[in-house]
Amino acid sequence: METIKTLDITFNDLNWKIEYSPERCTMCGSCVAVCSFQAIEAGVERHSKTVSTARQPEPVQQHKAVPVIKQVNGLANACVGCGMCEKVCPNRAIKPVRNENTRAGVLGRSGGTPIKRGGRNNLIKDNTLDKIVVGRISQMTDPSLDAERHTFDILAPFGRVLTPGELPFSTAGGELKLNSSTPPVNWIYPLIFSDMSVGALSTRAWEAICIATAYLNEKHNMPIRMCSGEGGMPVQLMKSEYLKYSIIQIASGHFGWNRIVKALPDMKVDPAGILIKIGQGAKPGDGGLLPAAKVAEHIQAIRGVPKADLLSPPNHQGLYSIEESVQKMHLSLNAAFKFRVPVAIKCSASATSVSVYNNLLRDPYKICGGNEVSLDHTGHPVVSKVRDCYQAAVKQGRQGQIPLWAGGGIGLTGNAAADAFKMICLGANGVFISKLLIQLCGCVGNEHGRCNACNTGKCPTGICSQDHRLVRRLDVDKAAQNIVEYMLAFDMELRKLMAPIGNSSLPVGRSDALVTTDKAMADKLSIQYAC
Amino acid sequence: MCRIGAIKSKVPFHPSQALRLMLPQQEGHDNSGFAMVMQDLDGVFAGYKDKPLLSLACTAHGAKLAEEYMKAQNFVRDFEWVPKIDRRPGLDIKAMPLYMFRCYDYPEEYQNVSWQEKEELLLDTRLALRRLLEKDDQGYVFSFWPDVLTLKEIGDPSDIATYFRLWDDNGELMAKNVVTQCRQNTNYDIVRYAAHPFFIQGYTLCANGENTFYTKNTEYQRSLHRGYNGFESDSQNFLYTLHYVLHELKWPIKYFKHVITPLPFSEIEKRPDNKELTAIRQSLAHLEINGPNTIIAMLPDGRMMTCCDSKKLRPVVIGGDETTKAIASEVCGLNVVLPNRNPELDVYPNEREVVVITPELEVQRWKQ
Repeated sequence: METIKTLDITFNDLNWKIEYSPERCTMCGSCVAVCSFQAIEAGVERHSKTVSTARQPEPVQQHKAVPVIKQVNGLANACVGCGMCEKVCPNRAIKPVRNENTRAGVLGRSGGTPIKRGGRNNLIKDNTLDKIVVGRISQMTDPSLDAERHTFDILAPFGRVLTPGELPFSTAGGELKLNSSTPPVNWIYPLIFSDMSVGALSTRAWEAICIATAYLNEKHNMPIRMCSGEGGMPVQLMKSEYLKYSIIQIASGHFGWNRIVKALPDMKVDPAGILIKIGQGAKPGDGGLLPAAKVAEHIQAIRGVPKADLLSPPNHQGLYSIEESVQKMHLSLNAAFKFRVPVAIKCSASATSVSVYNNLLRDPYKICGGNEVSLDHTGHPVVSKVRDCYQAAVKQGRQGQIPLWAGGGIGLTGNAAADAFKMICLGANGVFISKLLIQLCGCVGNEHGRCNACNTGKCPTGICSQDHRLVRRLDVDKAAQNIVEYMLAFDMELRKLMAPIGNSSLPVGRSDALVTTDKAMADKLSIQYAC
Repeated sequence: MCRIGAIKSKVPFHPSQALRLMLPQQEGHDNSGFAMVMQDLDGVFAGYKDKPLLSLACTAHGAKLAEEYMKAQNFVRDFEWVPKIDRRPGLDIKAMPLYMFRCYDYPEEYQNVSWQEKEELLLDTRLALRRLLEKDDQGYVFSFWPDVLTLKEIGDPSDIATYFRLWDDNGELMAKNVVTQCRQNTNYDIVRYAAHPFFIQGYTLCANGENTFYTKNTEYQRSLHRGYNGFESDSQNFLYTLHYVLHELKWPIKYFKHVITPLPFSEIEKRPDNKELTAIRQSLAHLEINGPNTIIAMLPDGRMMTCCDSKKLRPVVIGGDETTKAIASEVCGLNVVLPNRNPELDVYPNEREVVVITPELEVQRWKQ
């Protein structure tokens, strides 16, 4: 008999238990083959069985060695609840079940290492945006529009916008003439495919998002832009016409910038923008770190790095103030693209985001445009932070000068259009989505601890892995199609939200259209309380 | 729901004409008040055209406060006209105790300053009087400007006219331009300041409709200019934007329409002036209006302008003859005041159009 000690880790200590019905199992092996975490294995158990082999029923009880699928004991191979075994099982013989008596939170730090997880927040239980509804419905004298028939101007600025008094206009013959150039501003769709780097995502997942971006632009005339993330970009893409749909990100690690700079002379078109990341919501967690397991050969080439854990430094080396970063980084990036490409800043939603935003608003160079504010025990909810930033601009009469783009939790419950619409009414010019994209590519993770293994390189859907065998699981075309179809629906849903409030252009800052049944939220966001 | 109207004539006329323009349209408004701004005055004010005229409705204490303030600022009263009130019983009017229209001489130290400095002085004086009288509801200052008279009151428009004897065409109160409206209602509270037309530094405006970008317009305008205050009505946004574009930015008049109802980006792209229009749209994004609206504006030089929202969800018509032109929400108003005009020449501007009536009564129209 096998000896078990009380301190041994067994499957009932883990977050997920495998529920297995040997009588339904044909031992086809599909579940074991598909489990990228090696959380299950084939084994033999001694079962008590009642058998009858004669022509007449002659039941006899026997002890027999039976082949079975067993959950592997131990933290290293813990089941993450991804459910791939259940998905592939032809006989519904196996599935993971959440273990409510899990001890993983206590045992998971064995070996002195912190618990690592993928980029999901599993602490906040309710969604702020779902507590806000569009309370303003046009009626009678203030007619609503027709989402199908009317035309809507669904575009948002990306770039620095000057105050009216700063526009270099002269008047002649009743006409205004722009005398000199102004900072570049691109009017794009108010939703950006957020910055998930080539290292974080698999080649196929990245390709699927690229294909969807190009398809939405070229076939559906939706000017969607995709942000590269910090890890650089494939050179082939940088030298192609499709670069115009990309926003290139630079962060403190400067990963991939050697190649980007070298590709500059060969770029046929300008990118849609440059995004300087000075902070990100996931940074204090395990986001912002690319584990060595995911630094495959092609990632090393694109980033120009050795195979090792890649952590962006917490700050940009040599920059100690917003003013300094404006002078050094913004100017050099603006100059690199001859002041034709808007350069924006991404900062994390944090206690300090408003001060970052104020510094940008007041920057005397007027060259930075666009600001994105985007964790378990760290980080700041994004909704009130965007509102705070907008209200800081209102106080100074500078709203719209540095467009606000909000990321983090948009589409968390699947309704990205409603979330985006509410963020826009609160003052955002547009939103970023990322998790939603990988969910459309097949990610099964959720905010309740399911999977969340993006950091392990063992993504069971081939989205967040560089392992060739796993990456092949992702159907690029189907993933791209899912994204395209979601975005077409998003666009129609946005119209259907704009129509009843009677607005044909985006209601940026139209907080009077929103109500909430939560008094504290109403006070914090300065929107109407309703009950 | 509002109806708005304006009359512009080469010969001075009496405000009863404005009432005749509006009353046929009364099915479309709620008859809750009457307000008008008269410009280019005649009658008793003919000799005081260069003197700033204070239009004031107040209590006796309010009158005293205003008098003391004006004295302290070295304004010297030159002329006063007080309407002879008809106090017959049964009139539907919530009248203030006193109505005063006073012309002043500029303070000694302002006699020889530039017009720009005088403009600022007049605005600051009106704002200061407003703040002074606002306490305890002592009075309302509607305008303080040379050659401009404003009257606003709550009640039934024809009763208000009877009360102020506006039906009596006695030649005292005359003007070449009148902009008017017959409603005193903000949908919420009854506030005298909320009645159109609104006035700032020579610019008068009234609107028929609902500006659904009121909150974003207001939040932006509050920090643009000290004179942009009140915001009792979502139509004040139009006046402040008009003043900002023409008076502060000093842009040509045609860009007002580009600010309030910018062209869709797809149309801007095709135009030769796309750089300018894009710059305007992005820098003044928070002055864009939305919802159903028609406006009538009167400019300091006497020009009148009208235009609609970008979907033309509110009607307006312009018509007239050689000596008089009128603008109204509904043609039945024009038919009463200008029965002999050629209606085939009436102009019904579309959603992209701007119509301007010049002081010579030339009707200019263009598409944005």
